[in-house]
Amino acid sequence: MEMTRREMLVKSGKFILLTSAAAAAWDYVLAGKAEAAPNYDMTKHWWAMVIDPEKCIGCGNCVRACETENDVPEGYFRTWIERYHVDDWDMEHPQVDSPNGGHDGFPEKYHDGGKTFFVPKMCNHCADSPCTQVCPVGATFITPDGVVLIDPKYCLGCRYCIQACPYGCRFFNPKTNTADKCTLCYHRITQGLTTACCEACPTQARVLADLKNPKDPIHAFLRTHSVQVLKPQMATHAKVFYKNLDGSVR
Amino acid sequence: MGTLLHGVEGYMYPNEVELQWSVLIVLYPYITGLVAGAFILASLERVFKVEAVKPTYRLALLVALAFLLVAPLPLQLHLGHPERSFEMYLTPHRSSAMAMFGFVYLWYLMIVLLMEIWLDYRKNIVEWAETGTGLKRWIYRILTLGSRNVSAAALRVDDRVGYFITLIGVPSAFLLHGYVGFIFGSIKANPWWSTPLMPVVFIFSAMVSGIAAVLLLYMLTSKLRRTPIDMRCVDTIGRYLLYTFVIDFSLEMLDLVHRLYEADESLRALDFMVHTRLFFSQVILQIFIGTLLPIALLGLTQIVKLSEGARKAIYVAAGSVTMISIFAMRWNVVIGGQLFSKSFLGYTSYKMAFATREGLLPAIILVLLPFLILYVLVKLLPPWPKREAAV
Amino acid sequence: MKDFLRSIEHLLRVVLLLALGVIGFLVVRRMVIPAEFGKYGHFRPAALDEIRAHPVKFAGRQACEACHSDQADVKSKGKHANLGCEACHGALARHAEDPGSLVPKLPDTAVLCARCHEANQAKPKSFPQVKTAEHSSGLACNTCHKPHDPRIGG
Ligand code: HEC
Ligand code: HEC
Ligand code: HEC
Ligand code: HEC
Repeated sequence: MEMTRREMLVKSGKFILLTSAAAAAWDYVLAGKAEAAPNYDMTKHWWAMVIDPEKCIGCGNCVRACETENDVPEGYFRTWIERYHVDDWDMEHPQVDSPNGGHDGFPEKYHDGGKTFFVPKMCNHCADSPCTQVCPVGATFITPDGVVLIDPKYCLGCRYCIQACPYGCRFFNPKTNTADKCTLCYHRITQGLTTACCEACPTQARVLADLKNPKDPIHAFLRTHSVQVLKPQMATHAKVFYKNLDGSVR
Repeated sequence: MGTLLHGVEGYMYPNEVELQWSVLIVLYPYITGLVAGAFILASLERVFKVEAVKPTYRLALLVALAFLLVAPLPLQLHLGHPERSFEMYLTPHRSSAMAMFGFVYLWYLMIVLLMEIWLDYRKNIVEWAETGTGLKRWIYRILTLGSRNVSAAALRVDDRVGYFITLIGVPSAFLLHGYVGFIFGSIKANPWWSTPLMPVVFIFSAMVSGIAAVLLLYMLTSKLRRTPIDMRCVDTIGRYLLYTFVIDFSLEMLDLVHRLYEADESLRALDFMVHTRLFFSQVILQIFIGTLLPIALLGLTQIVKLSEGARKAIYVAAGSVTMISIFAMRWNVVIGGQLFSKSFLGYTSYKMAFATREGLLPAIILVLLPFLILYVLVKLLPPWPKREAAV
Repeated sequence: MKDFLRSIEHLLRVVLLLALGVIGFLVVRRMVIPAEFGKYGHFRPAALDEIRAHPVKFAGRQACEACHSDQADVKSKGKHANLGCEACHGALARHAEDPGSLVPKLPDTAVLCARCHEANQAKPKSFPQVKTAEHSSGLACNTCHKPHDPRIGG
């Protein structure tokens, strides 16, 4: 306990020292001049995402935006939305559905007034990711700025990584014949834009965050809210943080 | 719509609906298991001095080689980009349980199996290089590596080196196959796979299947060659089959009891799966028909004095269901591990295609291919003395 | 010694063959391994640039506001202030780059508004929802609501 707190202090100290340059780049972004941002420096970012299920309205905008932005083939999902329905105290056996990944929204299904809510899902960009661990050739990896990526020109298509992901975030892309998954819109975030899903989300239920940017509101957020990652027992150091996540979500 | 099409029940994460590892990946551990098992049977004679199984020594080695040559093919067929598989040798990822596969395979093929076979056959190869004709002669000549060195001293060296290779061959065979078990057993995301027992269960089931395969092939080839079956030999093999089977079964039961007693978050989902989608292949085929039946039959030969004919019949029956049982076991591991959702809330189903790249047809071809190779190998390197073969 | 060497002569050939194989492998490996592999970790660094070269399809709300300040101003005062333009208009980076090359089709409010506002038990209770069929009595939403500033009567 004591150790972790000290570690936290040291880390946050580092953030403040390290990232004035990143903050400068951020100003360009806020000014809407992403392309004018100084050359992107991988060592100055550590990307993450904050998701607030209580804000998600299940409109499917994120799923469609991701599909458009990243040419995700039909029937596969780099991000998707789940609808949970939990009966009273029975957290172990929620009813869950995700028609077409939430791509076309959710036709009403429950009328009992019980606890029902949406949970957006996506790659957790784990710092200790089991998927990159098992890749036999180094075709999937974590970048120095904390994004788990796939090299589609190097992937064998053995699908071991798909088996190793505890969250079901990976799929086999029948067009490229390689593993595929969320890139955290690496092509966008490295030029100062936010991800396509965040751009399209009407309620800010998901917000991109840079843990190395001291000005990023995530720091205040993480300090003042109860957050959770999915399947913490998997010890993957997931970097998608869920606010007030219900215990039935898995 | 899509979910109905795929036979989904309950909730699967949307990307989980499709199975990633097909029947080809079921075949792969089945085949390497046969390799490892056959090799270990061969090494019984050499390392553990079980003289009785001598008549199967060379046959077992050739069986191991035939299957080992086919082992990478299902993997290649299954890859999205087979042309990139050489990357495993270029940039093996140290943290990946799969990355070492290429090296382990080469080690086992080149250093262990080919060397042992070569050393054992060298005297004959040199002989055949002189007496042979046509193409065969050239093949033998190449196989001699240009050396006719078959002096008594050289053969003594061969014997010593061969012994040593068998000695490292046994752990290598364990490695080859236990390693496949580790590939599954180390996936923490999948509770059906994730158990440290997995490599051990794989090794013992490998021995079971390899021993049964050699037993059957020995009886079959004897029949084809119209030579009498060496009963002492098959009795001994049958006994070893029983022992390994009992150990294998105990390990699997240990795994089962452990899961049931621990009853962690995954139990309900897995239990349901075993009682529904895997009921036939796991409970009926693997456990009752495939394991308890052969153990009972083989046990009978140990308790009751049976006639030769009855024993032979039992060995054929037990061997055959064993082959099915171990295939079912691989199936239940590989396919079973993908039928339930990692959310533990639902199940999908596996629909095998027929004439596609990963369908039933290539699987059947890949099962038959080793026998074709074995046929060629037996013609080239007859595992039994020539004069008998001529009959 | 000589006798011994002679008796293992055939084995030396094997060792030689194996050694040649290993050397050949190392040479080929050196030649075909991707450039700078491992520079930032166990992967091909060029992959990063290739992934970054993927075209952007959503321009981002700031981009639109540069030209469409009218709509942006209206929107910023209404209840849809926090919505990105492309949340309703779809991906329009191509339009933002060269407005002439792609003039966006205006969204159909019957489909668009219901996606977000159709009543559903799973939606947060605080989110404004209507049973569209009853609420609009068949009229298009924008007969009464202005999409960029939807609240009726301020
Ligand atoms: C470079 C300036 C520019 C930018 C940036 C720009 N637009 Fe436009 N937009 C125009 C022009 C000019 C037209 C009129 C085109 C015409 O009618 O030929 C137009 C037309 C439109 C129309 C159609 C209007 C109509 O009456 O049919 C929509 C909708 C629209 N823009 C939305 C957007 C959105 C959303 C964005 C942000 C992604 C955006 N625009 C960015 C210049 C721009
Ligand atoms: C809530 C969804 C929504 C959002 C958010 C939105 N629009 Fe619109 N916009 C519409 C709809 C619907 C129409 C069509 C209006 C009509 O047909 O009456 C429209 C029409 C337009 C037009 C055509 C001219 C006009 O005013 O009717 C332009 C230009 C436009 N939008 C630009 C923008 C820009 C720029 C933004 C971001 C600042 C934006 N829109 C945000 C829904 C939206
Ligand atoms: C992409 C999702 C989205 C779409 C599409 C959308 N809205 Fe909204 N709408 C919102 C959000 C988010 C709010 C703000 C809710 C809040 O303040 O809590 C909102 C607020 C409103 C409000 C104000 C409710 C209040 O608090 O009084 C009205 C009215 C409204 N929208 C009507 C429309 C109409 C009409 C359309 C179609 C032209 C439309 N919306 C399309 C997301 C959307
Ligand atoms: C006949 C006019 C009319 C039409 C058509 C209409 N609305 Fe409304 N709507 C209203 C009025 C009036 C209100 C109440 C005033 C307000 O809250 O702004 C309202 C309120 C709303 C609200 C806020 C409800 C809340 O709980 O605060 C939403 C959301 C909304 N409308 C969505 C829609 C959508 C979506 C459509 C199209 C399917 C639509 N409206 C069509 C007149 C209309």
